[in-house]
Amino acid sequence: MSEQYLIRNARILGGEPTDIAITDGVITEIGADLELAGATVVDATGLVALPGLVDLHTHLREPGREDAETVLTGTQAAARGGFTCVHAMANTDPVADTAGVVEQVWRLGREAGFCDVQPIGAVTVGLGGTQLAELGAMADSAADVRVFSDDGKCVSDAVLMRRALEYVKAFDGVVAQHAQEPRLTEGAQMNEGLVSGELGLTGWPAAAEEAIVARDCVLAAHVGSRLHVCHLSTRGSVEIVRWAKSKGWDVTAEVTPHHLLLTDELVRGYDPIYKVNPPLRTADDVLAVREGLADGTIDIVATDHAPHPMEDKECEWSAAAFGMIGLETALSVVQHTMVDTGLLTWAQVADRMSAAPAHISRVGGGHGRPIAVGEAAHVVLYDDQATRTITPADTASLSRNTPYAGRELPGRVVATFLRGVPIVLDGQLQEVRA
Amino acid sequence: MKKHLLSAGDLTRDDAVRVLDTAAELLGVAQRPIKKLPTLRGRTVVNLFFEDSTRTRISFEAAAKRLSADVINFSAKGSSVSKGESLKDTALTLQAMGADAVVIRHHFSGAPHRLAAAGWTNGAVVNAGDGTHEHPTQALLDAFTMRSHLMPDGGTGNDLQGKNVTIVGDVLHSRVARSNALLLHTLGANVTLVAPPTLLPVGVDAWPVETSYDLDDSLEKADAVMMLRVQRERMNASFFPTEREYSRRYGLDTTRMNRLPDHAIVLHPGPMNRGMEITADVADSGRSVIVEQVTNGVAVRMAVLYLLVGGATNEEEGS
Repeated sequence: MSEQYLIRNARILGGEPTDIAITDGVITEIGADLELAGATVVDATGLVALPGLVDLHTHLREPGREDAETVLTGTQAAARGGFTCVHAMANTDPVADTAGVVEQVWRLGREAGFCDVQPIGAVTVGLGGTQLAELGAMADSAADVRVFSDDGKCVSDAVLMRRALEYVKAFDGVVAQHAQEPRLTEGAQMNEGLVSGELGLTGWPAAAEEAIVARDCVLAAHVGSRLHVCHLSTRGSVEIVRWAKSKGWDVTAEVTPHHLLLTDELVRGYDPIYKVNPPLRTADDVLAVREGLADGTIDIVATDHAPHPMEDKECEWSAAAFGMIGLETALSVVQHTMVDTGLLTWAQVADRMSAAPAHISRVGGGHGRPIAVGEAAHVVLYDDQATRTITPADTASLSRNTPYAGRELPGRVVATFLRGVPIVLDGQLQEVRA
Repeated sequence: MKKHLLSAGDLTRDDAVRVLDTAAELLGVAQRPIKKLPTLRGRTVVNLFFEDSTRTRISFEAAAKRLSADVINFSAKGSSVSKGESLKDTALTLQAMGADAVVIRHHFSGAPHRLAAAGWTNGAVVNAGDGTHEHPTQALLDAFTMRSHLMPDGGTGNDLQGKNVTIVGDVLHSRVARSNALLLHTLGANVTLVAPPTLLPVGVDAWPVETSYDLDDSLEKADAVMMLRVQRERMNASFFPTEREYSRRYGLDTTRMNRLPDHAIVLHPGPMNRGMEITADVADSGRSVIVEQVTNGVAVRMAVLYLLVGGATNEEEGS
């Protein structure tokens, strides 16, 4: 028996209201006043329809830190945030540096069934930065890995970075670099600037990011490889990537929602909820990354969803873990910072949060494709007129480390369809048959 | 005054003068045969020290005891602080014991702010030095010492309007320098920070101070010179080439001291590296008020505890 849904009056990419018919996971018809006998009708009057979001940078913490997050809870949070595909970062315990571990994470995602999980493989064994992991084995595994990253650590050795960039060309891979010059950031706690000087916290200078971004762009050009810059956070990095793109080099970059909104002024209270790596930067950097995302210098928004248990945040700043959760607030922050400010249209949001990340990772499964007849029905219905006050407990994540607690943000995900199956409906997670 | 003393910046000019005036009155107690007042009888002051600091702890302990408070010394050094539960759980324990004031010394910047803001304790939090951030009571005792020497009639009722204070050394890592810069500015003094460029923090140009890379430039107009301790671990981290070069360029020796105006005084928060930032001749000279700083430290800390803990119930005006 076929499963059919009829979405009524959705504004695809914010356009005029129309109906979307879905049969057995595929969009079969788009138009006004559609009829589909036996279909479940979903009233989307007033809602924006976007293609299912794709996150290129998610920490699911499993295996190893199941107290902070599991593949199950992380993908539930993802679905509530409108994501139909997330890329699981490799810094688990054990590290995802073998075919075995990436296949395990991939299988856990399939079993959970809330959101497709595409594992990212480590560049170096154990994120140690000294020896290449078996990149080819991970590429050839069932997990079909194309993105490789030591995220959390920088591949700082220039030779190793060059080799990794070259090597992954064999299977159209990309190295996603966490750009942080390690010697310039020893003991670093926050952005180096006016605020760090006053607070007496060790600074994380913009130059430590920009030096690596510049080096890697030049290396990627030299060996003709694809480079992806993770969570770019400074004006200088935006300018370097813009320059690299102007040369025609194959460089892509991401920005996180928190770097689009928050600044290092928030650190003044020493509340580690604002401790993140790369650190929150200045208001001028926020302006620059918004401009970069708007003009396409920055290709995508990625969450860097980084769950941590309470005790790793309820402590002294310097003892606390780096990272913030963000899957369930990403789209709202992007609306607030980019759409409501007139910097991006909904069509451009769909590009930055679905099509472009899917293209960078070469992920299949119909992710990142437009809402069109014949495409897999990965669809988000989003109420851009709603406002909500963020409460940390209102999450599917096991962790509560959101920096937006008490903040009013626009928008609410009403429904998320994964291959035509409503994972979220009326804002609520549904039962899923994996 | 605010409920807590976390930063020297928490103090208005009037707050600071009030602390100094109160300290001047309390200093008299130290000269009596019986060095004790009943002011904080029945109150509990906890000295919560996550970092070794015998001098500061003893100073706070003497201050609390001279006000008749019950003093609990809690040395958390060596306990498991790496995960951070320790600060919260320790604070909850102290709260359960009814601490009226928590004097906290911590190796991490901002730990006193966490203690005060996280709602783990109701007591007044006094920052006794946090990481490379601040040490407000040190700045108060420095200001007290300067005022008593530089202002007429021992300074009572005065601030430090128009006085030139030169602070020399590792400003980047110095909580003493941060607190002094804030407090001395509040009190109307002109502060010059002197250090090699590597030891001035990024963003220092936004502070309410002058900065200089040359010690000799500011000596002739200085009313007070404060030499900061150079920590051992900086010496091998390329902040400067060698100890000798540092000493030549930024150390206070007799030649430099002789270029100071006659009335100028020399301060050091201790402990000193004799021969490094200050020569023995200077440290032991008539201009040196280093021992006096220690004496004044007890009086200033008595004043802070009195105003934060005892003052709360005795206060006539609500501001």
